[in-house]
Amino acid sequence: MSDLLIELFSEEIPARMQGKAAADLQKLVTDGLVEAGLTYKSAAAFSTPRRLALSVEDLTSESKAVREERKGPKVGAPEQAIEGFLRGAGVARDALEIRDDKKGQTYFAVIEKPGRLAADIIAEVLENAIRNFPWPKSMRWGTGSLKWVRPLHSIICILTDEAGTEVVPMDVDGIKAGKQTRGHRFLSPDVISVNSFEDYEAKLKRAHVMLRADERAEMIWNDATNQAFALGLEVVEDQGLLGEVAGLVEWPVVLIGQVDPAFYGLPAEVLKTSMKEHQKFFSVRNPKSGQIERFVTVANTVTADHGATILKGNQKVLFARLSDAKFFWENDLRVAKAGMDPWLDSLSNVTFHNKLGSQKERIDRIIALAREIAPIVGADADEVAEAARVAKADLSSEMVYEFAELQGLMGRYYAKEAGLSDAVAAAAQEHYSPLGPSDDVPTAPVSVAVALADKIDTLTGFWAIDEKPTGSKDPFALRRAALGVIRLVLENDLTIDLRKHLSFPLGHWLHSNQAPIIVAAKTDEIALTEIYEFISEKVPPVDPDAFNRVAANNWVSRLEVTKYGDMSAFVGIAEQLLIEEDMVVADLLAFFHDRLKNYLKDQGIRHDIIDACIAMDGSDDLTLLVKRARALSDTLNTDDGVNLIQGFKRANNILTQAEEKDGVEYSYGAELQHAEAGAETALFEALDKAEAVITPAMAAEDFSVAMTAMAGLRGPIDAFFTDVQVNAEQQVVRRNRLNLLSRIRKICLSVADLTRIEG
Amino acid sequence: MTDKPRSFQEIILRLQNYWAAKGCAILQPYDMEVGAGTFHPATTLRALGDKPWAAAYVQPSRRPTDGRYGENPNRLQHYYQYQVIIKPSPPDLQELYLGSLKAIGIDASVHDIRFVEDDWESPTLGAWGLGWEVWCDGMEVSQFTYFQQVGGHDCRPVSGELTYGLERLAMYVLECDHVMDMPFNDPDAPIALKYGDVFLQTEQEYARWNFDVADTDVLLQHFKDAEAECQRILDMPSDDPKTGRRIIMAHPAYDQCIKASHVFNLLDARGVISVTERQAYIGRVRALAKACADAFVQTPAGGFAA
Repeated sequence: MSDLLIELFSEEIPARMQGKAAADLQKLVTDGLVEAGLTYKSAAAFSTPRRLALSVEDLTSESKAVREERKGPKVGAPEQAIEGFLRGAGVARDALEIRDDKKGQTYFAVIEKPGRLAADIIAEVLENAIRNFPWPKSMRWGTGSLKWVRPLHSIICILTDEAGTEVVPMDVDGIKAGKQTRGHRFLSPDVISVNSFEDYEAKLKRAHVMLRADERAEMIWNDATNQAFALGLEVVEDQGLLGEVAGLVEWPVVLIGQVDPAFYGLPAEVLKTSMKEHQKFFSVRNPKSGQIERFVTVANTVTADHGATILKGNQKVLFARLSDAKFFWENDLRVAKAGMDPWLDSLSNVTFHNKLGSQKERIDRIIALAREIAPIVGADADEVAEAARVAKADLSSEMVYEFAELQGLMGRYYAKEAGLSDAVAAAAQEHYSPLGPSDDVPTAPVSVAVALADKIDTLTGFWAIDEKPTGSKDPFALRRAALGVIRLVLENDLTIDLRKHLSFPLGHWLHSNQAPIIVAAKTDEIALTEIYEFISEKVPPVDPDAFNRVAANNWVSRLEVTKYGDMSAFVGIAEQLLIEEDMVVADLLAFFHDRLKNYLKDQGIRHDIIDACIAMDGSDDLTLLVKRARALSDTLNTDDGVNLIQGFKRANNILTQAEEKDGVEYSYGAELQHAEAGAETALFEALDKAEAVITPAMAAEDFSVAMTAMAGLRGPIDAFFTDVQVNAEQQVVRRNRLNLLSRIRKICLSVADLTRIEG
Repeated sequence: MTDKPRSFQEIILRLQNYWAAKGCAILQPYDMEVGAGTFHPATTLRALGDKPWAAAYVQPSRRPTDGRYGENPNRLQHYYQYQVIIKPSPPDLQELYLGSLKAIGIDASVHDIRFVEDDWESPTLGAWGLGWEVWCDGMEVSQFTYFQQVGGHDCRPVSGELTYGLERLAMYVLECDHVMDMPFNDPDAPIALKYGDVFLQTEQEYARWNFDVADTDVLLQHFKDAEAECQRILDMPSDDPKTGRRIIMAHPAYDQCIKASHVFNLLDARGVISVTERQAYIGRVRALAKACADAFVQTPAGGFAA
């Protein structure tokens, strides 16, 4: 048994990559060791800006020898077969043994794999790990061909046991493994020689390197909060920043500095973002006023003046940064107070996507859509339109140009400065939400309407130009947009006909290209209803709503008979468009359902349950769909529920087989008069009772009552199958029983498509 | 503690001496308008091919959109970069760099010097590299890059590139709050000049011209002309009929690429380039840069062996 220590010492590794790199090193090396037949007790990986380290304890000193026997072809078998066997076993002809087997003399190959020394295995595994390391971006340097995140300078690779320490001999692209490293770049730049992990960590600490990232982070946080506390202030928590800063230093030294009061007028978020993004400073605020008064910077060195020079420099840089921010803010305020018109105008020069037009055009679409949605969420349509109009104005502001992450938030400030209502200002910020699965969902009606319209416009637009997400590629964050719609609908308990609201903007995309062809002649006398009736005959499933939408949007408002000569040319075009629209809408709805499955899976609802509910009518009403799925999931978590499914499936199977065999559908009502006493009549009664509960409950969308009633059928159905032979000799009885099964099927399928439930 | 330089020019002189002592050829600025020191053919073109190279130089750089009429404490439309390029990148490039900071009075024992991730990419040059921005007490004082690709070509060997923003660095060393107040020459000289004495007026003049006056029709034509000339030069046969020699005109063609790039920057400052057009223009300059790089690697300096 020995302990392994590995260190890969390089130029500065980007902070954001260090944590994963340490984990990757551990996995690559330990997996490789285990695969090669070594075992170990424990392993731990570490990272600093200049090094990745791995400690493996109690590693076996060699892998076991392996002896394997393989039976080959019979003696006298065709030459080809023997050679194939030799190749497969990797042995020479004269190494084969001939033994007596049941069928006669047979060749046997004995393959001996000797054990290998740990050092040999380690050298191979580590070289492999280094050469195939999954850095997000890696580079070459000098004249070498090796790729690493930044130039790799040295490698420690040592094995330590009671007898002492040995360097594992290895060489990667000219870098020989040894037992030496260096300490802190400035405070202890000399070479250190180490003998074990304990020795390594202790010597590094003496050489001003804290090996453990969590220890550095903890120290930074404790020091920062203590210093702030002493001043009566508090540090604004930011775990992401803390992790990053801990990755920028080997020897953290916390310094606390002043924010010039000249900048107190800036919004707190602007101060915070500017300090964080540009300078990696923590904000320190006054708990009484909320004002950010100071900052924390973390230096990587100790100086004779206790950081005075460093702090002065940082303060100066911050002053320049905040001067810029203040300049942007003041310029922006002037535009905002005057109503933001220049920003809105300039959005027509900003391309959203080259096939989907400018931001301005996009906003016009969002306005139209948000107006449609407004009544559903209980918002005033005019206010919603106003909110949609200004929601993206801040994209043209100087502050958002500088700090893209402040989009929306600045919009809120600026909308208020423009004298708009609180609801409109809030929507400017909230319409982007929710941005992820854990982000808060807006609840204010105006915000919800604009948020939905924004996301639906994005989705329908990209669907119309066929830029859908594929595999891991989702450059326009369409999955996130769909999840956003789902969460907005569900968490606000909205009843929204998604199909209709997808068709509306999709129609725009799909028909607008055709507009010149079907733009109506104003003089035409044929009424829309006539056209509709005409098309309906040709294409039965034309949804009147869809037609009216198309019509109302002026794409097919009137028919230019003179141009097309007769109805049929027009009908041909209109048919095609409506079919196309239906297909794209169906595809987009399927995408929503897919996202919904994902979302509900995280909440413990199985995908087959959701499938069973999606198959039902009205599945584009997500709230209803989820209510049904939850009720079904609850039911299937009960004993009755699980058994009912079995009963249903049995009934359904027997029935389907009989229907196929007989070539008829058994959907006549079963008659009690043909039933035998006992389980059969009991089932009749139970079905009557259940139906009396289920039908009104389903009508009232009270799924749990309906499903509980359905699950209650479990006993009678089980009893029926135990006591009654469906395929009775008497045909009347048999048909009646099949019709009875049909009732079970009908009742169950009215609740959800239980045929899709697995198991 | 190192003795401190007292003027802007002394910082430049010290950098020149330092890198000369480290073996770099001290070149002079390129005689064209460029956006950054990287555009100097001593960097862009010389980073290509396998011939060793070591050069350092000051490069006046122009970024028309950064003009602030000389009012902003550190934003200028015309400023200086100090550029070092060494191929292949030496293993102690970081130490060499830190030595240069020490030479201009930034001593790592009192300052906090950090290498912070910054991947460099120049879409106009079709170039990228990995490296850092170097922070001194929270201020970015240099860019440090290992070139991986230039003009669409892999860099083999890899060049190490250092770029110092001279004004910002000098303001820090000289403790000036406004660039215009910074001593340009020795403050005790009989005629002591501040940065503003040299450049305040020009900043105002150029800011006005860049933002409001430059004739955009003329500039648009210049762009087209430079683009066409670049392509025309590269389309010429490599054998010169007059001398009978193989002369590929990579540098003259690259001059036209530089010109197109600068004209694009001016048009951008005039606000006549929309977001979508922007990408298209950048793509056009990149196509020129790639064509020039393709040509350069066919020349002796680019490692072409006849």
